[in-house]
Amino acid sequence: MARELLKGNVAFAEAAIRAGCEAYFGYPITPQTEALEHMAKRMPELGRAFVQAESEVAAINMVYGAATAGVRVMTSSSSPGVSLMMEGISYIAGSEVPAVLVDIMRGGPGLGNIAPAQSDYNQMVKGGGHGDFRMIVLAPATVQELIDLTVDAFDLAERYRCMAVILADGSLGQMMEPAELPPMQSLRPREERPTWALTGAKGRDPQTISSIHLIPEEEEAFNTELQAKYATIEANEVRFEEHELDGARIAVVAFGTSARLSKTAIAQARAESIPVGLLRPITLYPFPQERLRRLADEVDAILVVEMNAGQMVEDVERVTQGRVPVRFFGRTGGVVPMPEEVVDAVRTLHDELLTGAPKPDAAPRTTAEEVPA
Amino acid sequence: MIPRPPEPGFTTVYQHPDALADVPTHYCPGCTHGIAHRLVAEVLDEMGVREETIGVASVGCSVFAYNYFDVDFAQAAHGRAPAMATGIKRVSPDKLVFTYQGDGDLASIGAAEILHAAARGEKITVVFLNNAIYGMTGGQMAPTTLAGQKTTSSPLGRDPASQGYPLRMSELLAQVDGAAYVVRRSLHDVVQIRRAKKAIRTAFEVQQQGLGFAMVELLSSCPTNWGVTPSEALDFIAKEMVPAFPLGDYKVPEGMAETRRRPAKTEGGH
Repeated sequence: MARELLKGNVAFAEAAIRAGCEAYFGYPITPQTEALEHMAKRMPELGRAFVQAESEVAAINMVYGAATAGVRVMTSSSSPGVSLMMEGISYIAGSEVPAVLVDIMRGGPGLGNIAPAQSDYNQMVKGGGHGDFRMIVLAPATVQELIDLTVDAFDLAERYRCMAVILADGSLGQMMEPAELPPMQSLRPREERPTWALTGAKGRDPQTISSIHLIPEEEEAFNTELQAKYATIEANEVRFEEHELDGARIAVVAFGTSARLSKTAIAQARAESIPVGLLRPITLYPFPQERLRRLADEVDAILVVEMNAGQMVEDVERVTQGRVPVRFFGRTGGVVPMPEEVVDAVRTLHDELLTGAPKPDAAPRTTAEEVPA
Repeated sequence: MIPRPPEPGFTTVYQHPDALADVPTHYCPGCTHGIAHRLVAEVLDEMGVREETIGVASVGCSVFAYNYFDVDFAQAAHGRAPAMATGIKRVSPDKLVFTYQGDGDLASIGAAEILHAAARGEKITVVFLNNAIYGMTGGQMAPTTLAGQKTTSSPLGRDPASQGYPLRMSELLAQVDGAAYVVRRSLHDVVQIRRAKKAIRTAFEVQQQGLGFAMVELLSSCPTNWGVTPSEALDFIAKEMVPAFPLGDYKVPEGMAETRRRPAKTEGGH
């Protein structure tokens, strides 16, 4: 396959098709609508299922239905739409069926705006809907990675019978970059659907897919199994990227677009001889805890950069447990930070280190207004 | 269930349907859910489609329907059965997919999902039990509760001025172009039960023939939450519910009419 100039939203939709997605259910919402439009054209061409649902609530429940039939199924949306999907997401987790969701995040809370943000971290990584459950959350930083992770998301969802989420922001959905699409996978024949799927009780006992366990002890036993599955995911599926961490005294921890612009900031800071590198979690769940724990012993300070008011930083603090000062720089409401702002935050932290190590308990949250001009 | 051979000189005229699991149900004495379950199961048996059918249970008294049918079953979130059935049917168009929903599920929290499944002409069959009350949660006002009817959340009787009017879902859905078959039947006596079974069969045949969305509304009893005896409950259906929810064929594909009777004029309409 040749590299071509692709828009993020179109790229992940086409990648899903090539990964064998048999059904797409969605509802228009900026900034991900091009994905729905691409599916509206391509899925019927290929004889696959496409429905523009009456709401995100209906869309996710259509996904739930198709997932019980054992096919590769997906939806995509943006933050307010994903909020509406939380009911179905919880049922999908409680029924252990595989499905893929792409969340092209926008500014919030409420209707917010249509500009890029990362404020769905808690909603996606902490499970969102009711009950103790997890989703595998993949955070791409380029259109190519958006494509590759979409393909992987289907494999992961099927392997663990869970929801796999692509968590990207509006800029990634909207930007065009050269990227290469994967080859077209052939669809699984209807007679080869998984044995757990609802295919009609022909030649076997009827089976039910449900999320009900009325007896508390049974529900607890199910929860214990779920947690064991999540432990396996945590052991096997952690992904991250290290960038310029060799000899770094300061580590920036950032995902997606924040990580991408932090790389530019790191190049500038390195030019000023500030020893700074980047740890970019690619899986937000499972979180790269082991690597981060070691990193806390390798560097003098950590700067978390996010396009939100400080969500992943809580996980960084949880994992590093005060062993290293953790600072935060974020912009909210759909504002994408300039690399220079991140350089400023790095420089400030570096100056503090030169004048005496900052104390872990004196780790102020830096917001845009507090950043030195 | 193992079929028992009839004694010499006797013929079996009534037995447990294959599509119905041989287990006791949790339904209250006098509740008509059991009749509705049996009718659906008999139809699946008679059509020979038990092994090609996937049911979608809803939330409410019929939440455990999947325990009572010997067919593949999914259990939906409250009101979302038509959306879930849409997802199943779209990727398994060779299967028969039906939802089994009560009035709270279908006409209140799932009003959008049922309306749009009908609008899209989803090739699914909907069995809709209307007993004018929330049964599972203990007798609260439903979207189909009659004006003046007492429930635990309309203790003085439903006051339309502040609590609105009952929704007539069959009349509403019959207006939708994608709906192919929409009828209302009742389970309050033998004649009505036999009519209900014919309608359920037609509703599955409409799906089999790919004609579009099919729904059978069944007026049902809830003696427990109505606070009456089973026999009084059947009278309540006949005397109070039927006038408010007239029985009849609201939309029938050409050539499939069963009663051919136009719905009676609604009395006390608003």
